[in-house]
Amino acid sequence: MSEATRLLVAWVPDWPVVAAGAGAGTPAAVLHANRVVACSAAARAEGVARGLRRREAQARCPELVVLEHDPGRDARAFEPVVAAVAAFAPRVEVVRPGLVALATLGPSRYFGGDEALVACVTGAVAGARAGVADGFLAAGLAARRGLVVPAGGSPAFLAPFPVGVLDRPDLADLLLRLGVRTLGAFARLPAADVLARFGPDGAVAHRLARGLDERPLVAHEPPADFAVQTELDPPALRVDTAAFAAKALAGELHAALSGRGLACTRVCIEAETEHGEHLARLWRADGALTPAAIADRVRWQLDGWLHSADRPTGGLTLLRLVPDQVVPDTGRQQGFWGGSAEAGERAARALARVQGMLGPEAVRTAVASGGRHPAERVTLVPWGDAREPARPPDRPWPGQVPPPAPATVFAPPLPAELVDGAGRAVGVTGRGAVTVAPARLSVDGGRWDPVTGWAGPWPADERWWDGAAHRRRARFQVVAGEGAWLLSLEGGRWWAEASYD
Amino acid sequence: MALASPSPLPTVRPVSLAGGRVLPVLPALAGLFPGEGLRRGSTVAVAGATSLVLALLAGPSAAGSWCAVVGLPTLGPAAAADVGVDLGRLALVPAPGGEWAAVAAALLDGLDVVVVRPPGRVRAADARRLAARARERGAVLVPLGPWDGADLHLSVARSTWHGLAEGSGHLTSRLLEVVAEGRGAAARPRRARLWLPGAGAPLAECAATRPHLLGAPA
Repeated sequence: MSEATRLLVAWVPDWPVVAAGAGAGTPAAVLHANRVVACSAAARAEGVARGLRRREAQARCPELVVLEHDPGRDARAFEPVVAAVAAFAPRVEVVRPGLVALATLGPSRYFGGDEALVACVTGAVAGARAGVADGFLAAGLAARRGLVVPAGGSPAFLAPFPVGVLDRPDLADLLLRLGVRTLGAFARLPAADVLARFGPDGAVAHRLARGLDERPLVAHEPPADFAVQTELDPPALRVDTAAFAAKALAGELHAALSGRGLACTRVCIEAETEHGEHLARLWRADGALTPAAIADRVRWQLDGWLHSADRPTGGLTLLRLVPDQVVPDTGRQQGFWGGSAEAGERAARALARVQGMLGPEAVRTAVASGGRHPAERVTLVPWGDAREPARPPDRPWPGQVPPPAPATVFAPPLPAELVDGAGRAVGVTGRGAVTVAPARLSVDGGRWDPVTGWAGPWPADERWWDGAAHRRRARFQVVAGEGAWLLSLEGGRWWAEASYD
Repeated sequence: MALASPSPLPTVRPVSLAGGRVLPVLPALAGLFPGEGLRRGSTVAVAGATSLVLALLAGPSAAGSWCAVVGLPTLGPAAAADVGVDLGRLALVPAPGGEWAAVAAALLDGLDVVVVRPPGRVRAADARRLAARARERGAVLVPLGPWDGADLHLSVARSTWHGLAEGSGHLTSRLLEVVAEGRGAAARPRRARLWLPGAGAPLAECAATRPHLLGAPA
């Protein structure tokens, strides 16, 4: 009798590309932070591979369709797939979008063997591959090859694989330099020595290499009182409202578990709607789930439910997180000077309270971003979301308004009037010269101030290749009275875009 | 190989409890404050220039304090970053609506500096309540515009931009004359002439005149 759980793993190759809706024959790649994270088979045939820079990938395959990385979209599109697999077994675990696992013990008996179950799953999900083996690592590798490894055969199946498949680059690098090249060679090392030399994470890798589960099976399920839940009143119809509640819930769950020295590796996300529908989905992770990781998974799952074809008929009234598998927390070292972390937590609590009063979108934080206009130089994101700029800040932006940046930026711009000494409106000719010299300025119907200095026009011809987004403007800096303004002339009308106050 | 001679022990200074009660400001602004910085629990009203507020936040923010700006949807965070505010510790509540006072009170609980621009006239009770909350929590309240009962009022006496000519150049630097007056130790007005921004630095003291006490014998 094997020590490892017998698992079926179903894998959809290149899921981020599939989720983005790229056709099977088109060469497409999903990029994150300028690196390829996934690409289609057609792109791979042209030489595109994971980890390439955008430019390298496009050089190898000029017609490559570049898609943005969006974990939310991946998870949303995966929900129907999970639902299809869940038709065969009650406990389907989502490892990540594109990869699900289920214990085969019961379902295989019902469907008449592991091979029959694999046929059922691959028949239900187009393009998926599935495999069965003892232990998660072996099952994952079997899925890529569409194999069913006989019970107890996992160690022999794993032995010839290189240590790189453990997905621990540092460890694999070290093992290679020690002359340990295959999982079989790694598995032959004594477990106690591996623990002593490579630490707890190395010990987990060693168990995987021997075809066992990541950790010894625990005899007991966690007691139910670790489950946390929150009632949503009024019922949540939008993902962000529910996800905001989930964030607090994830923190609560994590605090409850860490108080007992435990961490959660598998969590069941449950929701109920006002019409009594009950939704539940199981997510597993390789290591311990942090509060942020739990909150991410809840948001993805909610996104999947609320955007799926058979979406719930009513708003969500209840959200519950049930830790399905817990492990002793190996802990993390606190900073020696605890003060700043404590101040950060105090600030986070105060900001969460304001988000509770006004809604999650009301509290924002700025992220440095790239752009020509002062307003484009930052991206505002809701507090607590990922701090990702809308445009990369480290590029040259030709035609950028020169520094200093204005302290006040009007969005939308305020109407303004700029006239010469005789009261005629200042215009710009087709050759980029002013028609008359500016003499007086009034912003938003305010008083007229004499112009003491001005510079411009700085033409801004943006996105001329895109008919809908094309804008032609001429920018000016004007000092009038004690104020300094960034003005723009667009379609014959003057606007104050910013004030250097 | 010669061993480095042991350096003399640093002079042991008494721990100043008051020191922890003052948030550092940029050196160019220190002359405006009686304690050379933002005293925790105080209320400092600023009028006349948004960039002055951002410069005020830069010192505490760089030293690790958390700041928030309430009710200022037109704030340009790029200018904040340029003057030295850490955007990762700056929270913005652009549209608090009618609940601005409640929002500011909640933020004073957990953050170090809270800038608030009230939408209209401030009721005296609200002003007193917020000032009391700041005092109790050791935070600094920075209201924009008129504010009764502030410990210190900063206002702009004069602002002159440089860099623009008739049709050429671009804005480069600005000479700002700031007046600080208040209660108690700050009763006598102090003035500072600052380059905000300066030609090479985001903030610099104007060398021509040191901040000095008005009315003091020359």
